[in-house]
Amino acid sequence: MSAPVDSVVTLEQISKQFAHGKTVALQGIDLSIERGEFVSLIGPSGCGKSTLLRIIGDLIEPSEGRVTVHGKSAHQARLDRDYGIVFQHAVLYDWRTVSKNISLPLEMLGWDRGRRAARIKEMLELVELTGFESHHPWQLSGGMQQRVAIARALSFSPALLLMDEPFGALDEMTRERLNMELLRIWDETGSTIVFVTHSIAEAVFLSTRVVVMSPRPGRVSEVLEIDLAQPRTAELREDPRYFELVTQVREALARGGADSAFEELAPEEGGE
Amino acid sequence: MKRAAAWLPALLVFALGLAAWQWIFSPLAGKFLLPRPSAIGSTFWHNRHVLLNAGWFTFKEALGGFVIGSSLGIVFAVAFARFRRVGNALMPYAVAASAVPIIAFAPITNAWFGVLNPHSKWAIAGVLCFFPVLVNTLRGLISVSPEAVELMRSYAATERDIFRRVRFPSALPHIFAGLRVATVLAMIGAIVGDYFGGAVTALGVQIENSISLFDFPLGWAAIVVASGFGIAFYLCVVLVERFALRGVPPV
Repeated sequence: MSAPVDSVVTLEQISKQFAHGKTVALQGIDLSIERGEFVSLIGPSGCGKSTLLRIIGDLIEPSEGRVTVHGKSAHQARLDRDYGIVFQHAVLYDWRTVSKNISLPLEMLGWDRGRRAARIKEMLELVELTGFESHHPWQLSGGMQQRVAIARALSFSPALLLMDEPFGALDEMTRERLNMELLRIWDETGSTIVFVTHSIAEAVFLSTRVVVMSPRPGRVSEVLEIDLAQPRTAELREDPRYFELVTQVREALARGGADSAFEELAPEEGGE
Repeated sequence: MKRAAAWLPALLVFALGLAAWQWIFSPLAGKFLLPRPSAIGSTFWHNRHVLLNAGWFTFKEALGGFVIGSSLGIVFAVAFARFRRVGNALMPYAVAASAVPIIAFAPITNAWFGVLNPHSKWAIAGVLCFFPVLVNTLRGLISVSPEAVELMRSYAATERDIFRRVRFPSALPHIFAGLRVATVLAMIGAIVGDYFGGAVTALGVQIENSISLFDFPLGWAAIVVASGFGIAFYLCVVLVERFALRGVPPV
């Protein structure tokens, strides 16, 4: 099976074992993500969704299977800097100012100072942090730090954005505001987003497709199309269709065995 | 003004301590065994040129050891962090060695390099500095969050880039913690090295000689000079640290 032309990410029969095969984190994952999609991976703790995201980013190698990103191997895609990544924690470097943090990938790409400065300014406008250029990360709130991390991930205009529970550590209000902001950025940049989350509501609100995963060994148990109108607005959270979809995802999680997973108390190994 | 006010209690304690020494402890212990601060002060003043020269001499011994020992500590830590297998094999010995009273080797380094050769003091001060700097630096280099490294790998960074842009800067606070300890150890190493023999111009030798001649005020004055150089050395490192870590949150 060759990857379709417009496919940004293609996963074929991906499996991952940790601890010399004793722990099976992922088994037989097939998934194709098209250009411009917003795909959420949702599942119980330990279902391997973060591992899957790292496999797409070539930060972890799959035990079996093939990953194609932009028509090439995930490894080549990483070397070509084809994606930006955002983690649950902002992972900003304390000794660098906000500007310098955003500038880091640009320095790695060898951009000259003038070009970097122009892009940093643009990025700060995009995440609405103009005026905070010379602040240090530890002087910002959690939500602002995460916006810096998003600006940094987008600074070199990657066509693919990988996000690992980026708003998981934030309070509900900040989270909803950043959801709106992310949708606006997605709309403005036209990028493809793969988004790992624990939150059913967040997955439904943001995504064009929700991939429901089963507990360990992680498998794709169901894929739900989210047919809510674009662009998404805050009022959508009160739409009956939104509630229907939330219920569908919840039921899909239950069918996948997410309920029993909470009793299992499997030891966490190698991340998610 | 505010800062001066904040220092006031500490200054007051210092003044009270000196007063108690002058008028209570010294008379109780006998002025011969525990000279009064005023006597130490006047002895210092009369011998200031000799004492300060001796202090400078011993400080240079300490500085030589500090530079050599700390540099080697950092170099070895970098190598251990880069080649983790080697590091894992050798670190237990480094940790064990840092618990050894290395100062006991001072007579041996004197014998190796010669008592009058500053290299003998560099050696003992250097070995004393080496272990805390090694252990702290290595801890700093390897305690970087895995995500910080993953982020760099997502930019196709090489190990060298990761070291230069992430591991080393994030290890700096640990490195400076090690260096601060090393300043104190370097002074101890140099002075104790002097005790086992050294040039007559060395501070440790001055302390040793004056005490053996029962000239306690001169011995105390020399100890005050040693403390002064030690504190100044420590503060220099703190100043460099403040400058180097100016963007990092205060701990």
